[in-house]
Amino acid sequence: MSTTKDFPPPVKWVDDRLGIGKIGKKNLRKVFPDHWSFMLGEIALYSFIILILTGIFLTLWFKPSMGEVEYQGSYSLLKGLHMSEAYASTLDITFDVRGGLLMRQIHHWAAVLFVASMMVHLLRIFFTGAFRKPRELNWVIGFGMLFLGIIEGFIGYGLPDDLLSGTGLRITQGMIQASPVIGTYLSFFIFGGEFPGNEFVSRFFTIHVLLIPGLILALVTAHLFLVVYHKHTQYPGPGRTEKNVVGYPLMPVYMAKAGGFFFVVFGVTALMGALLQINPVWLYGPYNPAEVTAGSQPDWYMGWLEGSVRLMPGFESHFWGVTLSWNLLIPALIIPPAFVTLVALYPFIEQWITGDKREHHLLDRPRNMPTRTGIGAAFITFYGLLWIGGGNDLIATHFGVSLNNVTWFLRVMIFLGPVFAFWATRRIAISLQRSDNDRILHGLESGIIMRLPHGEYIEKHTPISTYEAYELTARDRILPLDIGPETDENGVRAPKRAINKVRARLSRFYFADSVQKPTAEEIAEAHAHGHHDDHEELGHAAEVPGLTGTVEVDDETAREQITKH
Amino acid sequence: MSDEKLPVVPGEHDSSVVVAEPIPDPGIEPHEPRITDIDPKAADRVERQVATLFSLAGLLALGSCVAYFAIPRDSTLEFGPLSGNANNLVIGLCLGLALFMIGAGAIQWAKKLMVDTEISEERHDAHSSPAQKADIIEGFQVGVAESGFTRRKLIRRSLIGAMGLLGLPAIVMLRDLGPLPGRSLYNTIWAKGIRVVNDVTLRPIKPSDLIVGQLVNAAPANLAPMQEESAVEYQNAKAKASVIVVRIAPNEIRVPAGRENWGVDGILCYSKICTHVGCPISLYEQQTHHVLCPCHQSTFDLADGAKVVFGPAARPLPQLPLAVDAEGYLVAQSGFTEPVGPSFWERG
Repeated sequence: MSTTKDFPPPVKWVDDRLGIGKIGKKNLRKVFPDHWSFMLGEIALYSFIILILTGIFLTLWFKPSMGEVEYQGSYSLLKGLHMSEAYASTLDITFDVRGGLLMRQIHHWAAVLFVASMMVHLLRIFFTGAFRKPRELNWVIGFGMLFLGIIEGFIGYGLPDDLLSGTGLRITQGMIQASPVIGTYLSFFIFGGEFPGNEFVSRFFTIHVLLIPGLILALVTAHLFLVVYHKHTQYPGPGRTEKNVVGYPLMPVYMAKAGGFFFVVFGVTALMGALLQINPVWLYGPYNPAEVTAGSQPDWYMGWLEGSVRLMPGFESHFWGVTLSWNLLIPALIIPPAFVTLVALYPFIEQWITGDKREHHLLDRPRNMPTRTGIGAAFITFYGLLWIGGGNDLIATHFGVSLNNVTWFLRVMIFLGPVFAFWATRRIAISLQRSDNDRILHGLESGIIMRLPHGEYIEKHTPISTYEAYELTARDRILPLDIGPETDENGVRAPKRAINKVRARLSRFYFADSVQKPTAEEIAEAHAHGHHDDHEELGHAAEVPGLTGTVEVDDETAREQITKH
Repeated sequence: MSDEKLPVVPGEHDSSVVVAEPIPDPGIEPHEPRITDIDPKAADRVERQVATLFSLAGLLALGSCVAYFAIPRDSTLEFGPLSGNANNLVIGLCLGLALFMIGAGAIQWAKKLMVDTEISEERHDAHSSPAQKADIIEGFQVGVAESGFTRRKLIRRSLIGAMGLLGLPAIVMLRDLGPLPGRSLYNTIWAKGIRVVNDVTLRPIKPSDLIVGQLVNAAPANLAPMQEESAVEYQNAKAKASVIVVRIAPNEIRVPAGRENWGVDGILCYSKICTHVGCPISLYEQQTHHVLCPCHQSTFDLADGAKVVFGPAARPLPQLPLAVDAEGYLVAQSGFTEPVGPSFWERG
């Protein structure tokens, strides 16, 4: 038919072989919702691409070998020194390859940003409940990438074989060696013998440029595929339901916005690489197992593990001819894996407690899940305190306080801090829920103070828009789980009683104190009062020009007085 | 578990009801036109902005190439206390700004000129439809039946067994990653009669070279010659054999039982490798005789058998028994009497 549109020849050629039209039909105008917090994951994706691009550049000159050479490059302070080829080639990239230092610094900044953005993205997902069904698996995939990203970063940090990275590896080796039963064997297999040996740079290089990036790439693909398949979550609001997604189309808006954002992220990391020095390995010198610098610090994302190891008191058990190093076992091999497992499994834990098996595409505002938000705050506090512990020496020297006191303070706070953070955050969330309800029922404080005929002062409230009121009430009314009576009418005990009691208790813990949104009747009642008085009092206000001064009247009293009047 | 035991969620089976209550959904807010939607001049202005950003980006990309060749790679730029490699800095600035401007231009274009009417798209359940499920189940069952996988147990079991055993070579093949630890963690190159030398000058040390309060980083005399033969053996030996030699006023020393003759006139020698995770400890506080590991702040009292006084380390630093040889130089009475460095399982 002459009216049938056909692809232009090159596209047609591809479509004839790959059927791209079928894929494009669904996705070309795919709708994505708009919110700044949805860009955090994009930053992670883009920094990963930047890492691949700059990383390929670096591999063209880097020599992953621990063979000893005498440095003869253009950095005169290290000339003639014996060092590994890895360190010498890192110096060559820095001083003798034009743009090499820039690429090294972009690579390192992007690595720091990669882990940071993944972590902040994870927090966004957590606090808005975006991990709920059907996205639990994508949470686990994302978590896997964060885990791999941290290992990848740490291994990359070890490759230049400078004094600082060698110190980091020495610490890691010490932890591996202290693992129960297989520690020494594991260490000898990883390092090809005793530490430092001459194997780890070449081994770590392959892991760093091939194995882990490959795994991350596979996970990124799965992650994005699922984002497309599930369609993006959206914040509740007018016209947004569990059955739709409201926003702008991929072509053209998000191609331009997301594509543009890639260049913005790349641009900013490139500017950081140009302007902000990072990991100046030439200042540290080659690795020497007999030397270390005071104030040695790993990259930021290793800080919490470092802190965990630093805060632990020195316990060790000797029995049956073996040594068990609790001082490493607990802070390095028990707490971190337990913590990350808890984070990885959180969606399943919460789902079990709430018993909620529905699909969720509308996000929670953090205040509307006070307990979850409190748990998140406790996690952040725990992590943050460990992270601070990783720099206890720097805090001591910079603030002129005792290192031992800083350490002891953190040893105590690691237990108290998360509890306090949980409690405070939960209270704040509940207060914010109340304030939302006030806003729905009584409207905004207009700042207009009126005097009633009998001399009382009240403040006029203006109702909020229907759109806003809908946005504030577009959430579930969730009551704690009620497990019903012990026995049914025939006297038969309900099954799984014990486990259901635990569940009910946890459910109460989650939902009992949460403030429910007002019912339609409550809103109607509140508005009936408001409307009745609004006109009259506005009139009053108009008749009393120059009326100033404010008198605080709480809503309850005001309403009572209005009713009496 | 039955439905009534789930948390109470009104309208559970129709989620749209839940969010519509208590205020009905007013629908997507009406589109508010932007100034660029109304005023063609404003739209043209934005077009010029975007085009300027893109053009500047192009020029800056060229600029980075010019800088690559024009700026000598060893020239520096200085701004007061800050300085940087000029070549690196200018290439980076040009590239960074070029990339940023492409991004900024594209975003400005999207935000100001592209249609910004919100549109809504239907979602679909993640799960497959009942018909699809039925199809798949049927196909799977036919496949299972045709293969006889469930019926022919011998095939199934032998296959599962073979696949499981394939895991073994996957592990065994990695055996040559490294030698077995053997006794290597128990030994260092220290032995009876080996001289203690300064680890930088490599000169042997006489007791008279050390004043009270002084700490010297030292090594065994047989370490340095190893470097000529094998760099890796040298590094491995160094990672275990490094020591610190300290002289403390004899009346301030508390000598642990059995070590009465391990020092020479208040000169004591300890392993420099931290018993926590193996960092070389090096921060010495003369007045308290404390030495601090800069990695995790374990603190050892050198006057008290290098016992741990603070931090995560659990064991004292191993001590090397010292003596003086015929020529008056410090030597080891023997090797270390216990393994140096971090703990390990077999250590006992």
